[in-house]
Amino acid sequence: MYRYDEFDRDFVNQRVTQFEDQVRRRMSGELTEDEFKPLRLMNGLYLQLHAYMLRVAIPYGTLNATQMRKLAHIARTYDRGYGHFTTRQNVQFNWPKLSDTPQILRELADVEMHAIQTSGNCIRNVTSDQFAGAAADEFADPRVYAEILRQWSSLHPEFLFLPRKFKIAITGAEQDRAAVQVHDIGLQLTRNEDGEIGFVVFVGGGLGRTPMVGRKVRDFLPENDLLAYSEAILRVYNRYGRRDNKYKARIKILVHETGLEELKQDIETEFEATKNGILNLPNEEVVRINEYFAPPSFDALPKISTELEAAKREDRDLALFSSRNLHAHKAEGYTSITISLKPIGGAPGDATADQMDVIADLAERFGHNELRVTHEQNLVLPHVKLQDVPTVFKILKANDLADSNAGLITDMIACPGLDYCALANARSIPIAQEISKRFEAVKRQNEIGDLKLKISGCINACGHHHVGHIGILGVDRKGEELYQITLGGSADQNTSIGKIIGRGFPEAEITDAVETVVDTYLANRLDEEESFIDAYRRLGDQPFKDALYGA
Amino acid sequence: MKTITANRLVDGDVVWLGHNGEWVEFVEAAWVLGSDEDMTKALEFAKAGEEKQYVLGTYAIDLELKDGHLQPKSLKERIRAQGPTTRLDLGKQAERHLRSA
Repeated sequence: MYRYDEFDRDFVNQRVTQFEDQVRRRMSGELTEDEFKPLRLMNGLYLQLHAYMLRVAIPYGTLNATQMRKLAHIARTYDRGYGHFTTRQNVQFNWPKLSDTPQILRELADVEMHAIQTSGNCIRNVTSDQFAGAAADEFADPRVYAEILRQWSSLHPEFLFLPRKFKIAITGAEQDRAAVQVHDIGLQLTRNEDGEIGFVVFVGGGLGRTPMVGRKVRDFLPENDLLAYSEAILRVYNRYGRRDNKYKARIKILVHETGLEELKQDIETEFEATKNGILNLPNEEVVRINEYFAPPSFDALPKISTELEAAKREDRDLALFSSRNLHAHKAEGYTSITISLKPIGGAPGDATADQMDVIADLAERFGHNELRVTHEQNLVLPHVKLQDVPTVFKILKANDLADSNAGLITDMIACPGLDYCALANARSIPIAQEISKRFEAVKRQNEIGDLKLKISGCINACGHHHVGHIGILGVDRKGEELYQITLGGSADQNTSIGKIIGRGFPEAEITDAVETVVDTYLANRLDEEESFIDAYRRLGDQPFKDALYGA
Repeated sequence: MKTITANRLVDGDVVWLGHNGEWVEFVEAAWVLGSDEDMTKALEFAKAGEEKQYVLGTYAIDLELKDGHLQPKSLKERIRAQGPTTRLDLGKQAERHLRSA
């Protein structure tokens, strides 16, 4: 993992001291709310429906046991005993007092964490594959480049007042688990014919009220041009991005309005002026940062663990867990475990302080002290010996953390919605809970197979509904919550935006509607191997429309 | 029927304007504004509350009578007045329960 050097430490501590003073001045009236708001947002502090909300950055979703314990401590001491893991691989606390936030940030700084650039019109937390550095199908660790981008973008003086927020995601495997094509910049690590490392670059992806799939601007960007090219994109955006209308201010609108070819030319012109200068990525720096992410020393183990196989034969629940929540690891005899934060009837992404402590212990005892947050609001132990899986499973089970539903219909993304969020128009969590309960039966969930269901409580699409195989968008129609269904979205290497299937459904009918969609898929799929999204792409929306609204 | 609501600066807690310009923690204690004069006076209190750095983001909301109880008209304001609908152990609904216990 990346470790702070003295510059990082000084910088974060200075920032806490600065914020402490800003809070003091706000409380004494020296600063008005209009003056203070941009300052608190730059430190991740929002005001939501019931209280303030603090969003803490978890760079590229990687953290260690000490950091997780600190999050548990903050949840327990300053909040209401839980935290909410988000689609941006961050964590949010829903009830902190303004007067406590400097102390919370001070405590976070003690464990090399902060809330800088988790809000505001700046470059946000760079997100990545939750299995980075562990996945069998990966050919380079994307976190190395995510860290380089983090260092470049932290307090970058030119890019702190962009037209709008700016999100970057990076993946190091062919299978895109980081949704890179729905980010302002999406990077896919690749190699050219000479075996050199570089990036496929997408620009202008995004969700929100105008969802767009990122457009490819480079098939191969050499590794050492990463920062110069990113800077060129940001400069073009900063200069030409619209500041007159916040709903048209994201780079996707600029791509759309300017046209891809012209914008590509603008970027290349800017890049010509920037490249081979100070931003040229020095090889020794890449090597240095690579060392921070050096994999732990793995034991030489057999590919198949006889202990695990025997335990699976004895315990059906463990067998089921292993079939859904283990991900193939690059080291033989190891696996990555997904800890589902989607218990049946629970709030997606929530974990209690006690659960966080348990997970921290597991990371220390069995996982080389590493944890990940996924953009699908789960947690991951990236490096666990297969032979330890039965023990880990047992501990997870004792702490209500052993749901074997990774990638299934009940493993859904949902934003906080109107239960917490000041922007929301409708509630998301109760809808997620109802659907989760409806599909509780293990056999049925597994029969349905891989299915990504995503729920947003407003058009800002924090719940990624546009890229759900089944997406649900909550809207407010004359004071009533109404839920629209979109079908056919996807956020992997074949990214697509879902299509609205027809009129929306009231709260009392949305779960039935989802069930109708699922039953239609089951009745029409070629065989068990054909997933929901494949079946939808083959069938189109007509059978689903007919089933929902009558032929 | 209307009243004025805001969030308290120090902790972000939801509050409503009381009859004498004080800020109350439960909507049932809020000042129900019955006339234009009430509204004018309430807005002055609200402005003063912001200037004193006690509250922020003051605004007027609609109230209605439901089963003999006063409640905010919109779902969003009802959730602010009660707490998350999925966590009855949090927010005003939980505090009200604790106080009456």
